[in-house]
Amino acid sequence: MKAFLSHRLVWPAAVLLALLVANQVANHSFLSITVQDGNLFGPLIDILRRAAPVVLVALGMTLVIATRGIDLSVGAVAAISGSWASMYIIGSADRASVGVVLTAIGVALLMALVAGMWNGFLVSVLGIQPIVATLVLMTAGRGLAQVITDEKILYPDNSPAYKLIGGGYLLAVPFSILLAGAIFALTAVLTRKTALGTLIESVGVNPEASRLAGVRARTIIFIVYVFSGLCAGLAGLMLTSNSTSADPNSIGLFIELDAILAVVIGGTSLAGGRFSLAGTLIGAFIIETMDTFVVIAISARSTDVFKACVVIVVCLLQSPQARSWLVHTVLRRPVRRPAPPPPPPAAVDAPVAVPDAGTLIADAAATGDDPSAPTGSAVTGNAATESSVTGSAATAADSMDPAATGSGRSTAGAPRSDEYTVRTR
Amino acid sequence: MTTTLPPAGLTGTAGPRRRSIGRFGKYTQVGTTVVLLAIMLFVGSLLYPNFTSGQALLDLFGKNVFLIPLAVGMTFVIISGGIDLSVGAVMALGSVIAATLLAAGWPAWAVIVVVLLAGSGLGLFVGYVISRFEIQPFIATLAAMFLARGLCLVITDRSIAIDNSFFQALNLGKIGLWESTTTNLRGRTRVAEVYTTPSVLIALGLVLMAFLVLHYSRFGRTVYAVGGSESSAGLMGLSVQRTKISVYVISGFCAALAGLLFSFYTASGDPVAGIGYELNAIAAVVIGGTLLAGGSGYVIGSVLGVLTLGTIYAYKEFDGDLNTGWTRVMIGVLVLFFIVLQRFVASRRWART
Repeated sequence: MKAFLSHRLVWPAAVLLALLVANQVANHSFLSITVQDGNLFGPLIDILRRAAPVVLVALGMTLVIATRGIDLSVGAVAAISGSWASMYIIGSADRASVGVVLTAIGVALLMALVAGMWNGFLVSVLGIQPIVATLVLMTAGRGLAQVITDEKILYPDNSPAYKLIGGGYLLAVPFSILLAGAIFALTAVLTRKTALGTLIESVGVNPEASRLAGVRARTIIFIVYVFSGLCAGLAGLMLTSNSTSADPNSIGLFIELDAILAVVIGGTSLAGGRFSLAGTLIGAFIIETMDTFVVIAISARSTDVFKACVVIVVCLLQSPQARSWLVHTVLRRPVRRPAPPPPPPAAVDAPVAVPDAGTLIADAAATGDDPSAPTGSAVTGNAATESSVTGSAATAADSMDPAATGSGRSTAGAPRSDEYTVRTR
Repeated sequence: MTTTLPPAGLTGTAGPRRRSIGRFGKYTQVGTTVVLLAIMLFVGSLLYPNFTSGQALLDLFGKNVFLIPLAVGMTFVIISGGIDLSVGAVMALGSVIAATLLAAGWPAWAVIVVVLLAGSGLGLFVGYVISRFEIQPFIATLAAMFLARGLCLVITDRSIAIDNSFFQALNLGKIGLWESTTTNLRGRTRVAEVYTTPSVLIALGLVLMAFLVLHYSRFGRTVYAVGGSESSAGLMGLSVQRTKISVYVISGFCAALAGLLFSFYTASGDPVAGIGYELNAIAAVVIGGTLLAGGSGYVIGSVLGVLTLGTIYAYKEFDGDLNTGWTRVMIGVLVLFFIVLQRFVASRRWART
C-alpha cells in the first residue's frame, strides 16, 4: 500500500479523478457518451479533443524539460505552421483536394521542423540558455506568422481533408485524439523501449558527464528541440483545423504555459533529469478538466485564478522545502526565536494536516529518529496552535538548525504521502 | 534558472587583473545599445521626415511610458538571477483596481496607495514563495501571472472608463519644454510647443530612484552579488533571501506603477491590457545589455532598451504599409543579436579570468 501511495503518478491521478467526480456532481450528464451519426459525442470526448493539441505540445515539452531545458516558442511555432497551412489552402484553386492539403501539411511541418532546428542550434551549438534562446522565436515567431497571413485572420473552410485533423472523425473517434494518442504511443515506445529515454535523462542530469561517458549530448539536445518544434507544428495544424480559422495573434496563445503546467503537474521536475510521459498526459487532462469544471461550476471568469491556485499548490507539493517545513511544523515545536513574518500561503493547509500528526509521530517513534517526541495528542494540540506562527517557526528552523531540518527530512519518507491525501483533496 | 553558461558575474571581481582595454569593457553592451539606437534613429530620419524632430523623440517616452517602469522592475529581478513573467498582468490588475475604486467614489490618493500596495503585496507573495520554498521563479511568476490576470477578469470583464479629475489632469496635462519652429514645403513657418506629460516625469523619477538604489546603495550591490553567485553571496553573509524577496516586491511595485501610468494614458482600466508586455519588458532589458543569467546590467540600459523598442514601433507608425509582424521579427532579431553578443563577451571574459 505504501509503495502504491508513494508512486509518483498516484497524486496527479487522484487529482484528475477528483476533478472528474466534481464535474459529474456539477453536471450530471458529464460522463455520458452518446453516439450521433455513428460518432461519439459527450463532454468527456470534448475534453479529450481539446486536450489533444496540449498533449502534443506537452509531449515535446516533457523531453525538452527532461534535458533541463524549456521551449517557450511552441505557441509561436504553432502559429507559424497553422497560418502557413491555412494560407496555402485558401490560396489554392481546389480547397477540397487532398493533394493540396497534404502539401500544406507537409510544408507546415517542415517549417516547424526548421523552427525546432533553429532552437536546437541556439541551445546545443551556441550554448545559449534554453529560456533565452527560445524567447527569440517566441517573440519573432508570431511576427513571422503575421507576415505570412499579411495581418489577416484566415478561414480555411470548405476543405474536408484539412478539417479532419482537428475536427474530423475516424472510426467514430475524433481524429485529433487518435493522432495525439498515436504520437504519444510512438514517443513512449521510443523513449522507454530503447535507450533514448535514459540518454535524455542522463543529459538532463549532467550534460558534461554524459558527454564524457560517450553520450552525444549535443545531438540529443538538438533532437528534443526538433521534436518539440514538430509537435508544436502539428498542434498548430490541429488548432486551426478545428476552429476553421487562423489568427496569428491567437493560435496557440499561452499553449506553452499550459504545456509547461501539464509537465510540472505530471511530476516531471523542471530541474531536468527524469521525466514521465504518463504524468504529462494526466497533467494535460487535469488542465482541460479543470477548465471545464470551472466553466460549469464556478464561472468562466475565474478559470485563471483557479489555475493559479492549482499551480501554486502543485509546486509547493513538489518542493522539498515545503515538505520538510510541513513535517516540521506538524512534528515538533520549532519556535526558537519570536519573529513573525507574514505566514506563508501553505499555512492555510496546516490545520488540515493535523489529524495525521498521530501517524507521523508513530512513524517517527518507530524509526527511533525522534525519541523526544511527545504523545500524539499533545503534538496535535501544538500544531494547531502553532499554525499561525508557522512562518517564523519555519524560518528559524531553516536558518538556525540544519540538524533539525535534516532529521525532519529523514522522518519525512513515508508520512509525506499521508499529508498529500489531506492537502490535495 | 538553470544554466550551463559560465557564470559571468564572477568576472566582475577580477577588476585589477583586467587589461587596459577591459576598463571600458563592462560598458560594451550598453555602448552597443546606444550605437544601435543612434543608427536606427538616423536611418529613420533619412526615411521619414520629422522622425527625429523634438516632439517625435519625446513621444518615444510618452507612448512607451508604462513600459519604462516594467523594464526597471524587471532589471532588478533579472540582475538578481530571476525572471518575472507576471508584470504585464500586474499592470492590468493595477489599472483595473484603480478604475474600479475610482468608480466606487474613492479619492485619487487612496486609490494610488491601494494600487501600489496591491502590486507590492503580490510581489512579496511571489518573492516569499520563490525564496522560501525554492520554487523556480519562472513557474512562481507564471502562477502569479495567471492569478493577477484572473483577478482582473473576476473584477471586471470589460474596460472601465475613468473620469476622476486628478487622473484626467495627469492624462491631459502637458508640460511645455521649448518652442520649435518648423517650416513646411510651402515655406510657411509654424511655431509649436514641444511638450511632455506628467507620466513621463513620474517614470523618469522612478528611473532615477532605481539608478541610485541599484548602483549607489548597499542593497543594490547585494542584488548584483546574489545574481552573480547566490552561494557566494550567502557565504559572504549577505541576506540572500531578503534580497530575493525585495526584488520581486520592487518589480510588483513598478508593475503597479505602470498600471497607474497606463490608466492615466488610456483613462481606463482594462483587464486584458498588457498581454505579452512581460516579453517586451524582458526584451528591453536584454537589449539594454543586462545578462539574463544575472549579475550584470544597468537600469539606464533598460531605458535605452525601451527606447529601442519604441523606435521600432515608431517605424511602424511612420510607415503605414509596414506589416506589424515585421516589428515583432525585428524585436526578435535584436534580442538574438544581444544574446549572442552577451554569449561572446561572457565567454571571452571567462577565458580571461
